[in-house]
Amino acid sequence: MKTLVFAAALLLGSIMPSTAQAQSSALYQQLGERSGIETIVEEMLLGVADDERIAHYFADVDILRLHKLISEQVCNVSGGPCEYTGETMAVSHNNLGINNADFNALVEHLIAAMEQQEVPVSAQNELLALLAPMHRDIVE
Amino acid sequence: MPKRIVFGLSALLIGAVQPALAQQFETPGSRLLATGGASTIEGSGGGGIVPWATLSSYADEGEWGGTAQMTEVQVDDFSLSVQGASINWNNRVEVSYARQQFDLETIGGELEQQVWGVKARISGDLVYGAWPQVSAGVQYKRNQTFALPQAVGAQDDTSTDYYVSAAKAWLAGPFSRTWVANLTVRSTEANQLGLLGFGGDKGDSREWVGEASVAMFVNRYWAIGMEYRQKPDLLSFAKEDDWKDVFVAYFPSKHVSLVGAYADLGSIAGLDSQTGWYLSVQASF
Repeated sequence: MKTLVFAAALLLGSIMPSTAQAQSSALYQQLGERSGIETIVEEMLLGVADDERIAHYFADVDILRLHKLISEQVCNVSGGPCEYTGETMAVSHNNLGINNADFNALVEHLIAAMEQQEVPVSAQNELLALLAPMHRDIVE
Repeated sequence: MPKRIVFGLSALLIGAVQPALAQQFETPGSRLLATGGASTIEGSGGGGIVPWATLSSYADEGEWGGTAQMTEVQVDDFSLSVQGASINWNNRVEVSYARQQFDLETIGGELEQQVWGVKARISGDLVYGAWPQVSAGVQYKRNQTFALPQAVGAQDDTSTDYYVSAAKAWLAGPFSRTWVANLTVRSTEANQLGLLGFGGDKGDSREWVGEASVAMFVNRYWAIGMEYRQKPDLLSFAKEDDWKDVFVAYFPSKHVSLVGAYADLGSIAGLDSQTGWYLSVQASF
């Protein structure tokens, strides 16, 4: 019996989200869950495609796969039920020669996409804060 | 949905023939909105009265940028008009110029000063990384109306301020808002910025003073904040106080910013409790 209670407690513990996870999934919801995130990433990539400062980086990229991977990643970091299946940021951006200006250009398109989707400022900031540490692995 | 991306990409390939130069003038620079800050009354990029570690304009790596500013301050018995400009290369070096006219409305007369500034980013980035952005700068000041300052005890009509600043942004700080803080330490012997000359009968040596700013972005375009600036007190004829202000800043685009503030400048030239309004407009290119 004791063993059973212990097992039940373990199971319950693994199902119940921690506070941090609860906060993150609130962010996931504010971003519009999977479909909202896919729209945001799509808008961002459309902005990027029109931006001659950085569009050349994406010229030879499979844009549909990129859309899928970035959406997975945003879903994952915002606490959604997604697994990111791509390479690490360091590997996928290795030797691309991306500088600070390029990185900021992408951030601007992400912000514009979130504004367009009327994501609350607080949720925008929380997502940006979660993504900003990637700067270290992307910018050379 | 994916069709739109494919369409966008095709449009991009066609659009690749557009001249790159047009883009240069369409967007002032690649740094994020508001990271160029405002222009200080001494010309350097920063808040209103405190030079920040950030460099003026939106120039990032590999880019040039510039700003032009006009600022008006109106307190009980004085008004200050500032016109200035700056250029930024590579987000590494900022060169600035400001011209100040200080109208002694109650006492009578006018004081004028020119300030040339150079500021270099030493390390770090305002937004990215764990460490603050750190910059060091100089402000070479030349008082052009030295008769009055000399008569009240000032020793020199020219002097140079040296300062080091550290600034950091928190993208999602308290209330999930973006916050920016800046700390500056300055070595100076300026009386009321230098408008009352440099050095005095109470001391003719440099002092270290501290200056601080904090701002919270309500959204992408609006920020509120406050600044504090310690000042030396070298002239015995009149006490000099620290300055402080609370401000609202508006960044409608990368081309223009507006700052309005309520400033408490303390005692100036023997007239106490000088409070009033500060208004600054900056254009970036």
